[in-house]
This record gives sequence, C-alpha cells and structure tokens, in this order.
Amino acid sequence: MSAHLSYGRVNLNILREAARKELREFLDKCAGSKAIVWDEYLTGPFGLIAQYSLLKEHEVEKMFTLKGGRLPAADVKNIIFFVRPRLELMDIIAENISEKNGRPPQMLSPRDFHILFVPRRSMLCEQRLKEQGVLGSFINIDEYILDLIPYDGDLLSMESEGAFRECYLESDQTSLYHTAKGLMTLQALYGTIPQIFGKGECARHVANMMLRMKREFAGSQTQILPVFDSLLLLDRNIDLLTPLATQLTYEGLIDEVYGITNGYAKLPPEKFAAQKKQGEVGKDLPTEPKKMQLNSAEELYAEIRDKNFNAIGAALSKKAKIISAAFEERHNAKTVGEIKQFVSQLPHMQAARSSLANHTSIAELIKDITTSEAFFDNLTVEQEFMTGVDTDKVNTYIEDCIAQKDPLIKILRLVCMQSVCNNGLKQKILDYYKREILQTYGYEHMLTLNNLEKTGLLKPQTSTRNNYPTIRKTLKLWMEDANEQNPNDISYVYSGYAPLSIRLTQVLARPGWRSIEEVLKMLPGPHFEERQQLPAGLHKKRQQGENRTTLVFFLGGVTYAEVAALRFLSQMEDGGTEYIIATTKLINGTSWIKSLMDRPEAP
Amino acid sequence: MIRGKPDEDDYWNSSKFKAFTFDDEDDDFTRLKESKRAVNSIRSLVEEEDEEDDVEKVSWSGEPVGRKAKTGSFQSFSESFGDPSIRNYAPELRKPKSEYKDYVSDWTPEETVKRMQQGKVYSLEKFRSLQDKLLLLDEAVNAHDGNVITAVLIYLKKSLSKEILFRELITREIALRHYIHYLKEIGEQKLLVELFKSMDRTEDMALMQYRDHLNVRDENKKRDFLKNCLSFPFSPDDATHVQDHYTLLERQIIIEANDKQVESSGQADIFKKYPRKASILNMPIITTLYYSCFYHYGESDGTFSSPANIRKTFRISDKQFLLTCLGARAKLKAWFDVDALFTTKNWLGYTKKRSPIGFHRIVDILQKNNAPVQVLQDYVNLVEDVEQKISLAQKYKCHDVIINTYRDLKDRQQLIVYRGKVERGSSEYRKIEEILSNSQLRWKN
Repeated sequence: MSAHLSYGRVNLNILREAARKELREFLDKCAGSKAIVWDEYLTGPFGLIAQYSLLKEHEVEKMFTLKGGRLPAADVKNIIFFVRPRLELMDIIAENISEKNGRPPQMLSPRDFHILFVPRRSMLCEQRLKEQGVLGSFINIDEYILDLIPYDGDLLSMESEGAFRECYLESDQTSLYHTAKGLMTLQALYGTIPQIFGKGECARHVANMMLRMKREFAGSQTQILPVFDSLLLLDRNIDLLTPLATQLTYEGLIDEVYGITNGYAKLPPEKFAAQKKQGEVGKDLPTEPKKMQLNSAEELYAEIRDKNFNAIGAALSKKAKIISAAFEERHNAKTVGEIKQFVSQLPHMQAARSSLANHTSIAELIKDITTSEAFFDNLTVEQEFMTGVDTDKVNTYIEDCIAQKDPLIKILRLVCMQSVCNNGLKQKILDYYKREILQTYGYEHMLTLNNLEKTGLLKPQTSTRNNYPTIRKTLKLWMEDANEQNPNDISYVYSGYAPLSIRLTQVLARPGWRSIEEVLKMLPGPHFEERQQLPAGLHKKRQQGENRTTLVFFLGGVTYAEVAALRFLSQMEDGGTEYIIATTKLINGTSWIKSLMDRPEAP
Repeated sequence: MIRGKPDEDDYWNSSKFKAFTFDDEDDDFTRLKESKRAVNSIRSLVEEEDEEDDVEKVSWSGEPVGRKAKTGSFQSFSESFGDPSIRNYAPELRKPKSEYKDYVSDWTPEETVKRMQQGKVYSLEKFRSLQDKLLLLDEAVNAHDGNVITAVLIYLKKSLSKEILFRELITREIALRHYIHYLKEIGEQKLLVELFKSMDRTEDMALMQYRDHLNVRDENKKRDFLKNCLSFPFSPDDATHVQDHYTLLERQIIIEANDKQVESSGQADIFKKYPRKASILNMPIITTLYYSCFYHYGESDGTFSSPANIRKTFRISDKQFLLTCLGARAKLKAWFDVDALFTTKNWLGYTKKRSPIGFHRIVDILQKNNAPVQVLQDYVNLVEDVEQKISLAQKYKCHDVIINTYRDLKDRQQLIVYRGKVERGSSEYRKIEEILSNSQLRWKN
C-alpha cells in the first residue's frame, strides 16, 4: 500500500512508519476491545497513514461516524473519539455520551471513553466538554500529532484546509507552530537540515521557531547523516497569482474539474460503467461516483500526471501501443518456458491495461471540458491578465459571466487575478465589480469580499505604481512559446505562465537570490538565510555530480501544477537539485477561494 | 513592553486580581466558575467527585491547563511525563498547595510557555505584576501556539481589569485576534462589542455582528436583525449594502405574502400558467428583479413589486436591468415587450432600436430562450459588425439577413455560394434567384 513512498530520493515511508507506530501505541494504551467514533473529516488524512487492518490488529472492532444522538450499540470495552479540536464536535460528543450521566456512578461502567485530538488537543474544547458536564467521563484525553502526512514519494501535506485563512486572515498562526513541529519531526528522522532559506512573514516565523526548538533540544542531537541539504520556506502570499490560474497539467486539471481530496478523486461513473461487468449491458447505470486513488503507485499515472494536458493524448496512445504489443507477444510464445513467462507477466499487463482504460476515460471527460468554448474564453482572459493586457479596465468577459450567473467562485478567481496582476484595481473598477457581485449573488457576500480584501487578493490601487510587469519580466513569468509536448521550461504547466513561486525556487538553486534582490523587495515579507550547525562528523561529502536535495515548504498551500513544475526541475539533466515538496494543503483556485468565503454555519 | 510606574499603579488600583479568591458577587459568576474550572481541569479530573460548590475554594495556584505531556515523535526530546493515565494521578498534583507553589514558582515566562506547550505542569499564578503578565503573553505569542495564547489570555481576562487588558491588546495584534476568537467562541458578545469599541475597530465589529444574520432562519426575525444592523458603524460602502439588504428582504416578505395569496386564490393567470417554483425570500436582488419582470411586469412605478420601482430603489445599472428584463420577457415569449425594451423615439417621432449591450449578446439571449427566427433576425440585423452579423445569421439560419447583407455588399460570388447551401425551390432560394437576375444591381464581383 505504501511502497511508492520509498521509491523517491528520500524514503518518506520512514515518516509514515513513525506515524503508524504512534497510532499503534495509542491504541494499545486503551487495553481491550474498542470502537472508534470518527470525525468524518479525519478519515481521509488517516487513510494515508493506516488501513483498517492496522486498527483491527489492535482490537478495533467497530467504527462509527460522529453524529448527534446516542451512540450506536457496540459490545466493546473502549469507545475512542478521533476528532479535530472543534467546539461543535465537542457538543456532539457530549450528546453522544451524556445519557451516561443519568446512571448512578456506582453502576458498573461497561465502557471506557477516550478522546484523541488530531492534530492537537485544545484547551477551549476541553473547557466545552467540562461545561457540558462530560469531561470527567473520559479516562484518557490525548493528542495525535499528524503534522506532515506522506502524500506521495516526494510530497508531504499537513492536510490543513484552514491554514491560509488562519494565517493571513485571522492572524492565528497555530498552523505555523504545527509546521515547525512537523519539520522538527522530519529532522529527527532525516537529520538536521543545514541550510534554511525563506521568503515571507510566515516563513520567517517558522524558521525562528525551528531554530528555537533546536536550541531547546540541544542535548538530544540526532546522529543522523542529513538527507536534506536545504529547506526553502515560502509564504503563499508572496505568490497569490499562481493558484488563481487554471492548472493545465493532467493532474492539475483533474483537481480543477473534479477535485482531489486526500489523494482520491470522485469521477462521474458513466464513462467507467462498461468495464465493470460486460454481461449486463446498460442495465443499470452506476449512480455512485467512481472513487479513484491517484498517486505514483500507479505506473501510468506517475508517468503522465505532470504532463501538459495537450500532451496526454499522445502519451496515452503510445502506452496503448506498448500494451497491445505486449499482449501480442503471446503469439510468439512457443515453448513451455516462454508461455510460462508470458503468463507470469499477465497480472501486471492486465493492471496496466485497466489503468490505461481508466485514464483514457478520465482524459476524455476532461477533454470535453477543455475543448468547450467557455473553458477557452476563461483561459484567454486569464492569459490576458497574466501578460498584463487591459488589467486596468472593467473586463467584459467578467461582466458577461456575472450576467449569466456563472458560479461566484469563478467570478472571484478572475476578479482577484485581475487585481493581483494590476497590483490592485482602480477604486471605480473595484466598486463596480463589487456592486455587480453583490446584486447578482446576494448582499451577504460583502463578508467574503471583505475577507478577500484583508488577505490582499482584492485591493484598491494605491499610489504606488504597478510593479507586476517588472516582476513578470525579471522572473520571465510569461514564456511566449511554451512547449507543451516536450517542455524545456516550467511554464509548460500553465501553457505559458511560469509559476512565480517555482521561479523563485529555481533562481535560488542557480544563480542565487542575490541576482533578483530588486524583485524580492517587491514581494511581501523578508527573505533570509539561516544555517544550522551539524554535529561533527555528520557533514555530508558530496560525490561529484551528486544532486542536492531541497525541501520546499509552501505555507498556505500549493497547487498540483506547482508540484509538477518542481518535479520537472528535479528531472532536468543538469538541474543539480532534486526537490521534495511539503505544504499545509494541496489547493486549487476554487478550494482556496472557498476557504476564504463566509457562509452560513450548519444549523 | 517594559512599563513604568504609572502602569504598575494602574494595576494595583484597578486590577480585578484578588489573590487566590474569587469575587462571588461578580455578575458573571457562572462564567467565572466555568473558566476557573477549565483552568483547573487537572484538579477536577483527579477529584471528579467534587461538588460544584467546592470549586470556589480552588485557587489559581499551580493548576495546569493541560493535563499531559504529548506522546509521540517528540517524546525523545522532551523529558516526557510518561504514561498519561499515570500522569493524571501524578503525586505532585496532590501535594498541598503551598508546597506545590514552591515547586513551580521559579519558572520564567519562556520556561512556562515551553512547559505549557509540552503539556507539563505549570503555573500562571506567579505572574502577578502587569509587567510579568505581559511578558508571559508576549512569550506565548512568540511561540505561535494558539492553544497556549488562549490559555494565557484566559488568565489575563480573569486577573486584569478589562480596560487594562484592552489597552495592552491594542499593540498586540495576534493576541488580540485570539482574544476575539475566544470571546466569540464562549459567546461573550457584550464584552466583544466593548473590546471593538475601545480598539476603535467599529467597522470590524459591525461586520462581525452582521455576519450573525446568516444564522437567523426565520425571515421576519432576519429582517428585524438586519434593521438592527443599520445603526452599526459600517464603512460608508458597507452601510449602503446593508441598507439595501434590509430593504430587499423587507420587500421580499411583502411580495411573497401577497403573491402566495394571489396564487392560491387563483386570481391571476400568470401564476396559473407559470406556477412559482420557489419562494423569493433571501434571493439576490437581480433574481428578485427577474421575478418582478416575470410576474409583475407593467405594474405602476408606485408598487413595491414593479420592475421600475425595484430598479430605482436598488440603483440597478441599465445593462443589468435590460439583461434581466430581457431574460424574463423572452422566457414568457413576450416578444412585443422585448421589442419595446430597445425602442426609443426621438423628438421627431422616429423610432430607433438601441441597446447598452451589443446586439450580438441580445441575439444569444433570445436564442437561448427559443425565440423564433422572425424575432431573431430583427436583432441579428442590428448587429453592426458585418462579419459578426453574417456568422450569427448563419448560426441561427436567418436566411433573409444573409441574403440581404450580401446584396447590400454587392457580393455576387457569396450569394451564389449561399444559393448552393439552401434548399432548392425554397423561398430563400427563389429570393436569391430573384436578386441575381436583377439587372439593376451593380455587382462588385
């Protein structure tokens, strides 16, 4: 289930194993049979760490989803709540177990209650349990620090959806503290990272905390040869533009169109119906979406996911030819030995064939969208903004989209993008957009517009001049002739636009940030470099031609297209650096804007 | 951070802090009790049988907020307390208070915060002077750990007068945000409003209170809630929006009640022919205008439900008004109304068709509403750009427009090509034949 985590430059399976060990230890602490009551949100992230089999081995006999009312019957000794530290969840837990309060305390207690807070316990939550009069019912209140979850062979995510909102809108930097702790865990397992670079306020905070934690733990230096040569911490708000753009890699588009959650995408079932059972022709079309796990464990997916979507057709047909050829081999198998060998390869070939069928179906689904007029028009406007065309005028396409009541998030993505590419909108234009949005989508969205303004995604132009063109030119953010089939530059991931965040990463590796001081000053927050002392004898002696390994941490989220661009840099022959990517959450423009919206709370 | 004497005096004069005892007369008695119990949670876990009344005797001293050290990846670093189930009953915690105090009294703010983060025993009680408390708060903020910041804030809330706490929070943005969050979570609306006022952040406060309307479900209560919001100190722009929001809902309630009654009584044909699909309550203004153009077209300006009145009250732009109106009337296939939307008369009495949006968009909208070719072609004809006109005409099969355009362009070749595309013997075909055989025309090719 997790082999793909160990194929990369850094064996991330070690981290997964550490997380599993901790989980086992917690489960063993609650001796006897158990049932787990899940905060549904957590099942996704936990799925990346452990399967049901692990829980079963540790006497977990039943699992429930946390919801109001009484607890379902379960003949177990322990009931364990796995929850995020949220007040509303505490109320549900209280409701679940409060009937217990009715019984006289002397009665035999058939069940022990435990709470496992993920990723941290919270004093407010415990206070709430106390108010509800149930805190005392818990034998054990613990926390399970799920900071960095191995997401793929070169990718770690904290799966913390609210991190950007908390850091940049609510000034709650707790997620930065978790980040620093996560990085300390990482260093405990993979050795001290000798060099830390960073850009942005939050990056600075995280680096400070890491250095401080290191001082505090000075006595217990790990004696591990460092795996990472350097760490680069990047604030999401130094590059607000990239996530707003539509991702054009295969994986990026799957995320844009269907959304990838905890490594799974839910796809419309129609296209996948035929493969299931060929016998029942169109008898009953499946109505449940097809849930597909997407990671590098699947050979074909690993091969194509980072390609520009325009190169997918060719890649799939090439693969199809190889697979057909392999199946044709059976005619050449004459001797028993040859047949035996062919048969032994069959399972692998069949897996490859079904993988090919799946991705052909997905690619077809996505092609229907990318070839639509609406998609093209939207992309055209995005590219105009990114190249600086007419960013200081009311855009008629946006106007039309509002008039057609297109989804609000689409409108907000475009308006924010225009604002970012123009270093703020003229007051008159901003007011116009705001009025149109409020009249068409409802006045309550003034809360959302306010949030976007507070995070800088939307802003009135101040007297300072628009420096986006300078940034674009210096960092070569727009490449006129991006090669989508055989890329030679990271700009292929957005068919022309090279993500700013990744350009910064690229320049840092070569020739260094000193060459772009001017631009760095235009982006918010400080940039810095720190060194961490290594214990004697742990200094790595690099072989000639050996690549450096850099961990790039995106505070506030990263897109799949950015990940693809970093993978592209890792694979460049003379690149000299391989990248491991970490983030608070994998995001796209839609999920990102959504996290900044204010909506009615569930009743 | 380091403050001089006057503040110290302030503290001693106005601080609510009364060492080790609580003011039972406090209005917020229950609240105190709850918070106190929370802070003392470790103790009550040990002595779970405690009656409520016992709580008052519990002092601040030495009662840690967290009960346990974290287990897991950091265990190797921190001298962890060991198994939590044992830890909960750790002997230290049962020591007499005096002894316990000695045990913890020497920790600096930094050490204390560190211990809090590690879930170890700690005490906030020893931070007695304002200066010490603020050092502690700053240290917590430095650690970026929301949980610890909140714990410290709860202690400061209890032990400082609110004036002083508010004053100190002005320069501590992060702590302030956590404090606001905390007050929101525990529902101390009144204190929150005071806080915002003293911070001169009245706009934030207004928005925050406005947000609560989202949780009000009953429309009449929501309307009253919004009415109440009108007096809040919003920024000028937001104030307009909130006023509009209130006016809109107020109107929707009236329209809804009226239309519901009319519909059920069966008096009006329009409702019989097109039964309402949903209530108009809480819909955006543009949707409301559409509804008005659909069900209340032609009503006099004076009525609340008339399109003209809504347009004026909510300052709807010409473009938006036209698009919305067009959509509604086209849906009803009221082509005469559609026509009237664009017709303007000049002072000589000539009529002319005008539109604030390109006619190509109008054609698209009409086509989406299944307008017949006779209607469509009128508008295709009004498209100024010739190429665009022809491509639209071809898309929607407006033969007359195409034929006339080629004729006007004197483009014989194109006309011949087009003749090949239409059905032989059809009226279009005959029309093209007629034109081509007209010897009066001077073709350009």
